[in-house]
Amino acid sequence: MSSRAEILALLRENARYSAEDMARQTDLDPAEVEDVIAELEADGVIAGYQAIIDYRELEDERVRALVELNVTLDRETSYADIAERLAKFPEVEGLRLVSGDYDFDMEVEGDSMSEVSRFISEKVAPVPEITQTVTHYVMESYKERGIVFGDGDDDDRLSVSP
Amino acid sequence: MQVSDRVDGVPPSGIRRFFELAEEMDDLISLGVGEPDFSAPWSARDAAIASLERGETSYTANRGKRELREAIADHQAEKYGLGYDPDDEIIVTTGASEGLDLAMRALVDPGDTVAVAQPSYISYVPGVMFAGGEPLPVPTRAEDEFKLTREVLEDAGAQEADALVYCYPNNPTGATMTGDELEAVAAFCREHDLIVLADEIYAALTYEHDHTSIATLPGMRERTVVFNGFSKAYAMTGLRLGYAMGPAKAIGAMNRVHQYTMLSAPTTAQHAALDALENCDDDVADMREQYDRRRNFVLSRFSEMGIDCFEAAGAFYAFPECPTDDAQAFAEDLIQEKKVAVVPGDVFGAGGSGHLRVSYATGLDDLKTALNRIEAFMD
Repeated sequence: MSSRAEILALLRENARYSAEDMARQTDLDPAEVEDVIAELEADGVIAGYQAIIDYRELEDERVRALVELNVTLDRETSYADIAERLAKFPEVEGLRLVSGDYDFDMEVEGDSMSEVSRFISEKVAPVPEITQTVTHYVMESYKERGIVFGDGDDDDRLSVSP
Repeated sequence: MQVSDRVDGVPPSGIRRFFELAEEMDDLISLGVGEPDFSAPWSARDAAIASLERGETSYTANRGKRELREAIADHQAEKYGLGYDPDDEIIVTTGASEGLDLAMRALVDPGDTVAVAQPSYISYVPGVMFAGGEPLPVPTRAEDEFKLTREVLEDAGAQEADALVYCYPNNPTGATMTGDELEAVAAFCREHDLIVLADEIYAALTYEHDHTSIATLPGMRERTVVFNGFSKAYAMTGLRLGYAMGPAKAIGAMNRVHQYTMLSAPTTAQHAALDALENCDDDVADMREQYDRRRNFVLSRFSEMGIDCFEAAGAFYAFPECPTDDAQAFAEDLIQEKKVAVVPGDVFGAGGSGHLRVSYATGLDDLKTALNRIEAFMD
């Protein structure tokens, strides 16, 4: 594995590993780890770092919705143009062009259901190219970005074994 | 009630005391565990559940499901170049441990000498004794990085032995052997007519070079029984499934013991194992990658602490030199004062004293905390 791939694998596992701990897990020294990360950031491979939050554990639970968008294109408007316009809204947490029954898969976040609904009806639906929106409110999240929410698996192994 | 002399003559395992000490402690971080910290791949577990839903709860053929034996033969051929006939050269056992016990009982006569490369997994010596054989410890040496060499075999007098049992990649040392290094052992066994019981349970977990099976070396297939299983590579210890491969005569003799004692290995586990071979290569690769990172981490930390530790290249153990003279006392005090469990090397027989077995089958966060505690303990 290249050092770039190795560092990416480690960061995907835990983006808060220190350079020292990443160096200890690889054949690199801490300065090399820092260099690889700087390079990955400069190249735009690493676009950012975020915490994975289980909102159920928070008092102020955020409202999230997955929105299916259907669009019509014309000579002047491409998917990218529509995406660019939608992505500018801070309410939009995720936006993907997908295959299948609809075109865009959009993730929206807000403080309340009414806030999210208002955003869809006032900001998204009126976009001329958008022909249909279907909003699915997230009722429960069990796994995000590879992390399963819950109490975690207890280690039920014998504490010392041959 | 009177117990048999045969059993009475086998002392209880030295690991027991550490288990009891560790069990008393809250917030203990154990680096004393000899099994993966992962669960078996979901695909394999799901296959086992599906087999139960279909009601497949009967015995299988004594030697294991035909399909599973075929998959084992294909897998071993592809990974290690071994060629065994699923009909009469492979037997599926209740863990590799059962396979070893079968081999001892089927191939060792009372009074036969079985050389045991040490430090080793704790069941080989008792296994020889239960079969009525005489165990001959062959201590490997720290300066050889705990590899088996012609010299240590000769020094121990193994030329007089009838059989040799060893395990590489090794528990407890993490040592591995290359094909060239094994060839020296193979030559010794051919010269002195030893049969070889090769425990290859950790074969999938090597980090510096690919595993070589001694049975692929010239003149060795006919004198070797190879043991492997699903416990370590597929994190399936509790499913109790292993297998043995060897010449038809040896496997047939082992099967005779197996058919009267075990009948067949657990059916549900055989379903999980078949799926593991068919669908879980990526899971194994992923676990292996994580072990390798932890291995690097542990070795780096030992080096930072000034603890002498050779570069263990297999399984999930490091085997550092104990910083004090008495490894037993060090391990006991470490549990009591810093709540970190490691296992002193002498528990694993000759050649292990003065060392500690440190298992890295533990998540990185715990590993990091435990090593910090060891560092603090040494100050």
